[in-house]
Amino acid sequence: MKELNELVFGKGLRYSNDHEWVSESGSTRKVGVSDYAQDQMGDIVYVELPEVGATFEKGEEFGTLESVKAVSELYMPIGGEVVAVNEDLGDSPELINQDPYNNWIIEIKPANLSELDDLLASDAYRELLKG
Amino acid sequence: MRYLPHTDEEIGAMLEVVGRKSLEELFCSVPEGCRYQGTMDLPAPLNEWSLTDHFGELAEAMQVNHKYQVLIGAGSYQHHIPVTIGALMGRSEFLTAYTPYQPEMAQGTLQGIFEYQTLVARLLGMDVANASMYDGASALAEALLMGLRIEKKKTKVAVSRAIHPHYREVAATYLRPTNYELIELPVDKDGRTDLTGLADIEGLAAVAIQSPNFFGVIEDLTSLGQTIHDSGALFISSFTEPLAYGLLKNPGECGADIVCGEGQSFGMSRSFGGAALGMFACRDQFTRNMPGRLVGETVDLEGKRGFVLTLSTREQHIRREKATSNICSNQGICTLTAAMYMSSLGGSGLRELAKLNYDKAEYFKAQLKKNGAKLAYAAPTFNEFVVEFEKDFQPIYAKLQQKKIVAGLALGKYYPELAGKYLFCVTETTAKKVMDLVAGEVKS
Amino acid sequence: MKKTPGISGLIFDEPLLWEKGKAGRRGMSIPASDVPAAELPGELQGKGPDFPDLSEIDVVRHYTRLSQWNYGVDSGMYPLGSCTMKYNPKINEKLAVTPELATAHPMLADDVVQGNLQLMYELQQYLAAITGLPGVSLQPAAGAHGELTGMLIFAAYHRDRQSKRTKILIPDTAHGTNPASAALCGYKPVPIKSGPNGILKVQSIAEAMDEETAGIMITNPNTLGLFETNIREIAEIVHAKGGLVYGDGANMNAVMGVINAASCGVDVMHLNLHKTFSTPHGGGGPGAGPVCVTSELEKYLPVPRAVKDGDSYRLDFDRPSSVGRVHAFHGNFSVLIRAYCYIRTMGAANLKKASQLAVLNAAYIKEKMKGTLQLAYNRPCMHECVFSDALQVEDKITTLDMAKRLIDHGYHPPTIYFPLVVHGAIMIEPTETECKEDIDQFIEAVKLVVQEGRENPDLLRQAPVKAKLRRLDETLAARKPCLCG
Repeated sequence: MKELNELVFGKGLRYSNDHEWVSESGSTRKVGVSDYAQDQMGDIVYVELPEVGATFEKGEEFGTLESVKAVSELYMPIGGEVVAVNEDLGDSPELINQDPYNNWIIEIKPANLSELDDLLASDAYRELLKG
Repeated sequence: MRYLPHTDEEIGAMLEVVGRKSLEELFCSVPEGCRYQGTMDLPAPLNEWSLTDHFGELAEAMQVNHKYQVLIGAGSYQHHIPVTIGALMGRSEFLTAYTPYQPEMAQGTLQGIFEYQTLVARLLGMDVANASMYDGASALAEALLMGLRIEKKKTKVAVSRAIHPHYREVAATYLRPTNYELIELPVDKDGRTDLTGLADIEGLAAVAIQSPNFFGVIEDLTSLGQTIHDSGALFISSFTEPLAYGLLKNPGECGADIVCGEGQSFGMSRSFGGAALGMFACRDQFTRNMPGRLVGETVDLEGKRGFVLTLSTREQHIRREKATSNICSNQGICTLTAAMYMSSLGGSGLRELAKLNYDKAEYFKAQLKKNGAKLAYAAPTFNEFVVEFEKDFQPIYAKLQQKKIVAGLALGKYYPELAGKYLFCVTETTAKKVMDLVAGEVKS
Repeated sequence: MKKTPGISGLIFDEPLLWEKGKAGRRGMSIPASDVPAAELPGELQGKGPDFPDLSEIDVVRHYTRLSQWNYGVDSGMYPLGSCTMKYNPKINEKLAVTPELATAHPMLADDVVQGNLQLMYELQQYLAAITGLPGVSLQPAAGAHGELTGMLIFAAYHRDRQSKRTKILIPDTAHGTNPASAALCGYKPVPIKSGPNGILKVQSIAEAMDEETAGIMITNPNTLGLFETNIREIAEIVHAKGGLVYGDGANMNAVMGVINAASCGVDVMHLNLHKTFSTPHGGGGPGAGPVCVTSELEKYLPVPRAVKDGDSYRLDFDRPSSVGRVHAFHGNFSVLIRAYCYIRTMGAANLKKASQLAVLNAAYIKEKMKGTLQLAYNRPCMHECVFSDALQVEDKITTLDMAKRLIDHGYHPPTIYFPLVVHGAIMIEPTETECKEDIDQFIEAVKLVVQEGRENPDLLRQAPVKAKLRRLDETLAARKPCLCG
């Protein structure tokens, strides 16, 4: 397990309390998990992805990450429609362990941009992890 | 007592370490209200010799015993079991081993299960088989639930009336607390499942057919499978006699998505119906939805091939209420027994034995027909078939029982529409002279 | 260097079945045909499966070698918490294959199978006596199957009362089969946190229990090896709101003849015959999970049941309120025979003694190992005790590393990482069939492993080195599943 000062934080992202991140700009937004999340999970062996076209509300479960011994649910940091899923994760789920910020999980069209305001900026997320 | 090694001295020494004065004191955290009053009402203990005598008495009380020819299949079959199987399965490293959660010290069990999975997948023509379910009945129930999980928006499943009645009962039991609907599909005059009404049923997730079915009739799985797929449902193929697939087209070839059934024929005695062996297999794309344990191949730190339990995140110990099933055990001993049987028989042996079973049943059918009985169904059968007699068969049945032959299973209890008809089974264990004797009695 | 049983041995490598053999070999005799060959319609015929052809010697050597890679109770101690890996008596194996009993077809008429029905009836009576719950069904084929049956009984009971119940209370220490079984019946599990002392607080139940809750599933002793001392009060609260109490009997080995489950307030419980009642684990099964219920709930038990009518036995199918069948036939009869043999061999006094000695062995280990490993709860334990990895964190040694090194010393590791409420949990259940010197040697082995962890941690991280294989890549097995050869 990494120490707090070893964790990586991505740029231009907002974080949820459940350790997902959303890109801050663009007409569509990418969603992934933080370095802390992948470090806690260990080797990821499988990613359960939603169907393109599915809509989820903020906080709703949209998929799962599986390691050998555990399953972690993925929750929408903000609500929206899934416009793309990262197909590479089918063959290579370990991409999330290698680089959790460039290897996004789903791309969404946000339903309500104001929901972003409830999310944490980098510093605030770091504080959350300290506690 | 030979299973309790502690001497009084050792008990005393251990109590001292623990800081208790007596064994009773160890239970100080148990409130008075929970305590057992008095002693448990159980018979006095028997030593090894008295227990053996008692079993002699129980054996005497079995009027129909191993010396009888019991010409019944119906999900529990009499086949020859080579003595090597008992000798090998009796090895305590197999018998007294735990579930292989520490793979480095359980490679015997793990490779054994991997081999079983592979042989079953090949037998049934499917991509992957699990490490077994409790029996053919619960395997069917789990297959239906799996179909409903895969076809998320649908709420109905259908089963053929020609599936073993007990299997249909178990499926109904599993589905009763859910909001899913279980529909029964009729049987035609040839003893095969009738799917003419299928297209009218909306929202069907899966349809289950047994072949050979309860009446021994071989279903036309390919064409049934096509109809089922056309209706948008998954095709579940079930069986009670796996030996049939040494001779017949396997369910995979016929388009099945999930296959489930009973493996008792492969090396296990009938044993009054249990322990049994639920065989379960599916197509690759459904693997993560499959219930039950799975063993997979991998390598160790030095690159040597080895086997481990895998895809455990489907199971209850990780996924808990979201698991694909609540199942924890597999039928370990039965699984390895079946693998030993399949390896002893081999591919060529399986084909020969299946054909022998078929030939025996065809001969018996011919002899019965010659002597005035009628076959209830025209369709081809494997090693079981339904017979109707001109006169009441009961007196002949009783007479044959005197001669240590149990002549079939009366079907009225299970299918009111088949009252007076009997389901017969013959296998490689049934001698020609027995069949001739039965046919002879029918004539008179 | 202290001595432990694990040294090294001659292990043979052995390929997969289809990597050996030769077409035409035969491993068992097939009788010659005494009937004419018959025709089969071509469109039904298949080619038969691609199985290897092996000789009898091929098969015997193959499985003999495979068995030598395994560890069993007969090899050594299995201190697996909540598994009750006690000795499997050999007389039970012999009697279970008594030909008259073992060849019986399950659908024969009652009058010709009296021996088997008598055995089933008597076993039902014995389990009723042991639990204090008079209604017994032997049909469920495993513990989880018994739990499912129990949940079906809950559902039937509430349905009969037109009481809509959608939730069930489940302690956070529960075995995974509990919520899984509940979910199969449409119940939403409501987790209940155990108190700081490892047992359930009456208040937690009082706060959670309502008229939409079907009841509670409770394991007693619980999976921390602690007796749920508040069980009667908890049962009262659940009953007061019309709910039922399900007892997971996995840990029955601690309390035979000591507690009466019915007096504890339990309405439905299952027993694990492959745990408490000595039937062999067989590398994963078969087990048996009979269900015992109060007389009020007897009518819901699976159909059929063995009953006694005067001097004879029969199967009773006239059970209109039954939840239905859960097994194709009568359950795992061959397992039932073994449990029957065990109970007839032990008798009441020895079963109680077995529980007392199981608890003594666990308490002794707890006393001798606390300080070496961090005791999770400093309370009297029952037949198992739980430690955490807190004392090893400094040395950066994990529970997994300690477990793997124990293998090199000739032991199967204890249960690890369960229950989930203890960090790096190590759950040890010696059972009563381990003698004092074997337990002392096990304790020494654990102390040695902890010491090695401090002085030479690489020994642990590289372990095991003496088993057939080194640590296996479970990540690879899950990422790229290869489930078929």
